[in-house]
Amino acid sequence: MTLNYVVVRLLQILPTFFLIMLVCFFLVRLLPGDPTSAMLGIKANDADVARINASLGLDQPIPVQFGYFLRNFFRGDLGDSIVLKVPVMQLVAERLPVTLFLTGFAAIFSVLLAVPLAVMAALRRDSPVDTTIRTGFQIGLSTPVFYLGIVLLTFFAARLHWFPVGGFGNTFGEHLYHLFLPAITLALSLSAVLLRNLRNSVIEVLTAEYVDFARAKGLRGRVVLLRHVLRNALIPTVALFGLNIGTLLQGAVITETVFAIPGVGRLLIDSIFGRDYPVIQGIALVLALLVSLVFLLTDMVQAALDPRIARR
Amino acid sequence: MTLTLTVPAVRSNRIRRRTAFAVGIALMLFFIVLAIVPGWFAPYDPIAMNVSAIMQAPSWAHPFGTDNLGRDILSRTIWGAQVDMQIAIFSTIFPLIFGTFVGAIVGHYGGWLDAIFGRLVDLLIAFPFLVIVIALIAMLGPVIGLGLKCMYIAVSIVGWVFYAQLMRADVQVQRQSDYAAAARVLGYGEWRIIFRHLLPNAITPIIVYWMTDMALDILLGSSLGYLGLGAQPPTAEWGVIIHDGVNFMSTGWWMSTFPGIAIVLAGLGFSLVSDGLADIFRRRA
Amino acid sequence: MNLMPASVTGTETLTEPLLSVRGLRIAFGSARGALTAVDGVDLDVAPGEVLGIAGESGSGKSVTLRAILGLIRPPGQVAGRVLWRGRDLMTLPERELRRVRGGEIGIIFQEPMTALNPVLTVGTQIRENLKEHTTLDAAARQARAIELMDHVGIPAAKARLDDYPHQFSGGMRQRAMIAIALASNPKLLLADEPTTALDVTIQDQILKLILRLRSEMNMSVVLVTHDLGVIAQTCDRLAVMYAGRVVETGPVATLFKAPRHAYTLGLLNSVPRADLVRQPLNSISGQPPLLFQLPHGCAFAPRCRFATDSCNATKPPLIALDAEHRTACIHHGEVAKAT
Repeated sequence: MTLNYVVVRLLQILPTFFLIMLVCFFLVRLLPGDPTSAMLGIKANDADVARINASLGLDQPIPVQFGYFLRNFFRGDLGDSIVLKVPVMQLVAERLPVTLFLTGFAAIFSVLLAVPLAVMAALRRDSPVDTTIRTGFQIGLSTPVFYLGIVLLTFFAARLHWFPVGGFGNTFGEHLYHLFLPAITLALSLSAVLLRNLRNSVIEVLTAEYVDFARAKGLRGRVVLLRHVLRNALIPTVALFGLNIGTLLQGAVITETVFAIPGVGRLLIDSIFGRDYPVIQGIALVLALLVSLVFLLTDMVQAALDPRIARR
Repeated sequence: MTLTLTVPAVRSNRIRRRTAFAVGIALMLFFIVLAIVPGWFAPYDPIAMNVSAIMQAPSWAHPFGTDNLGRDILSRTIWGAQVDMQIAIFSTIFPLIFGTFVGAIVGHYGGWLDAIFGRLVDLLIAFPFLVIVIALIAMLGPVIGLGLKCMYIAVSIVGWVFYAQLMRADVQVQRQSDYAAAARVLGYGEWRIIFRHLLPNAITPIIVYWMTDMALDILLGSSLGYLGLGAQPPTAEWGVIIHDGVNFMSTGWWMSTFPGIAIVLAGLGFSLVSDGLADIFRRRA
Repeated sequence: MNLMPASVTGTETLTEPLLSVRGLRIAFGSARGALTAVDGVDLDVAPGEVLGIAGESGSGKSVTLRAILGLIRPPGQVAGRVLWRGRDLMTLPERELRRVRGGEIGIIFQEPMTALNPVLTVGTQIRENLKEHTTLDAAARQARAIELMDHVGIPAAKARLDDYPHQFSGGMRQRAMIAIALASNPKLLLADEPTTALDVTIQDQILKLILRLRSEMNMSVVLVTHDLGVIAQTCDRLAVMYAGRVVETGPVATLFKAPRHAYTLGLLNSVPRADLVRQPLNSISGQPPLLFQLPHGCAFAPRCRFATDSCNATKPPLIALDAEHRTACIHHGEVAKAT
């Protein structure tokens, strides 16, 4: 995988970035009336209105307004929160790392959960073990994240006091402790998706001729499994993992609400009730850009894993 | 020496698939019936408050217990089925029809239509679905008021794209197929080819996806209900009921637990049916 | 009988066969019932000889090879004995069997693109064979890998070790697969249609390569193919399989000149001949039987022009016509008259 490839892919993503910003730009303009009073509500005073009008260039034609929007974005200015009266960028910068921590933690859990179980289910295909695993995950797939969160929170935190009831903590260790239950909650939905895919992938790979050929060479079972089967079976699953980053993020929104975690998701929900449109717009924008980057990373990881993908 | 052969794996697999499908259909029908005539099954009025029966644990009189306002949880859950089934249908019906239609056209004509559509899809999948629905609800809320209608509109604005994408891919595959070429050779008009030939074959993955989508929308709808962005209290929607019960989890765990089980079972029903249909269609192909 | 004449140099010394398959039966459970892929096969392979197994698809030839190495997995079931250097592979514990696989018996498959792991370099795939069966250290394994690639005729061997299978051309891939399979100097090579997926010129190269390796490494070869031309070019002896049984076996020259089974005769007749002017193609009429509905008597009887009622009564056993030639046809005399 060459630098060339990376650069090409980065360039390919720019139009998408552009479109994302376009959509977010128009998002706020869905509101009736002029955006400013809609945003500020009836509490607006003339000075605020004038200031926002100037920064958004609302007296200018739309394309120019968009230009202002882009310019502001690259300056790191996403507007100010109406409710909290601080720059949106500052809020996002404070809270995004929390969300990313939670998401990353959940991602690790989901892999730790899904991979061994998927392999076990695939190797013992159609056995009671397989059926149990698949049924369990099927149920998990149908369980809403908020419900699972509430159940876990009530049982393990409120009742058994094994974990704190939400929050984030101050040190790295405390973060892990506070986020343990939320991460598990979040991990379950993603691991259900991964499990199904990986199990099918392993089953398919197990029937491949190169697995027979590896066995025919007299290689040990474990070697065959790890080096030959998993290396191949994981490739489509990695792709799926990347594509489902959106699932993780939207689960994070809900999980943060249930567990009162000071992340970007909870901020989003609070902003809706507070009608804090600049924040909503800012979060949507940042999340969408983040997801696009993850897609790009996923492609690159796939190319690194699978030598058949064209290396130019 | 004769070999004693059993045919275990193949047959038990089929039994299991059929069982799963049957369970799914049973669950689905169960909730649909509840949704159509909740009054037949619910022992109490879902919004009737009964001050003398506050926060009662599950008992014979109230199998699911009562909430802090004395309302019977079982009845609320049963009536909730009506709301959540409605959610399943109304969140999907516009995307299904509109999306299928657009997808068929884009897939058939290709060209610049296809290029634009491709960009649209790329754009859409970059936003986590919930986030964009929430953002749309935020924008539409002040205009039409928060509630189910707002949610349906928000979901429909984004949801049709998935159906369209599915349909487009399918139509493109069908177009290459031999029977389509035969129809073209016979001189059938474009519209006739699309509607009487390509569509019926392309529709099966759509139906399968529709079932999954309904399951997902039940989850989404109840999540939004829980967050206060979907159905609004006092509507007995499962997510709303759970939200009401969250503050009382330590004193009245039954308030939130049972409606949640209902969500799981309803979602499970639809996804099992979806899997079963996918199986049937795949074997018919 | 398990004493076979050595056939490589033509010397009439009696030697113990290297590989002896006795009563091999392979069946698979399927939705429609038990499917008999192999129905009582006996084979012998002498040291240094090339045994060909010919037959059409579904005759059970490929699955026989895999059963020798114990590669048949459930729902397939295997019965019989596979004697390798005196030990029955079917009863060997897994650990011992693993040593035989790759270390004493190698196998190559028809399609190298699917037989080689696409995400591992060819070098890795050779070296793991060496790691399992030899005590060479890493450096020695690398050296041996280069040597092997050279040996099978892949140019720029050292550089090519780091390439992936898809970066090789068809013929080179097949050579790479041979290098991988022979890395630990096995005494027997099982070749499952090694040239079917290649074009004719490459076919020729690969066959010559196999023969060269056979003499250099003092190895026996079992070559499974449906192509009689390949048999003619490379094999010393031939076993013809039909519907899961061996119907005729003997030296290649004898079988080609004087077949004594209607099926063998039909196969030979159906090969298009370049020296005759405008002849219609001969094919054997009818279809091979469905494997879960094998007839009670001779499986070929429904399609055979020499068939009589007695053919349908019981399965004909292999009759020895002389020391080396056996046929499973009770009417072999008629067949002889027809050639």
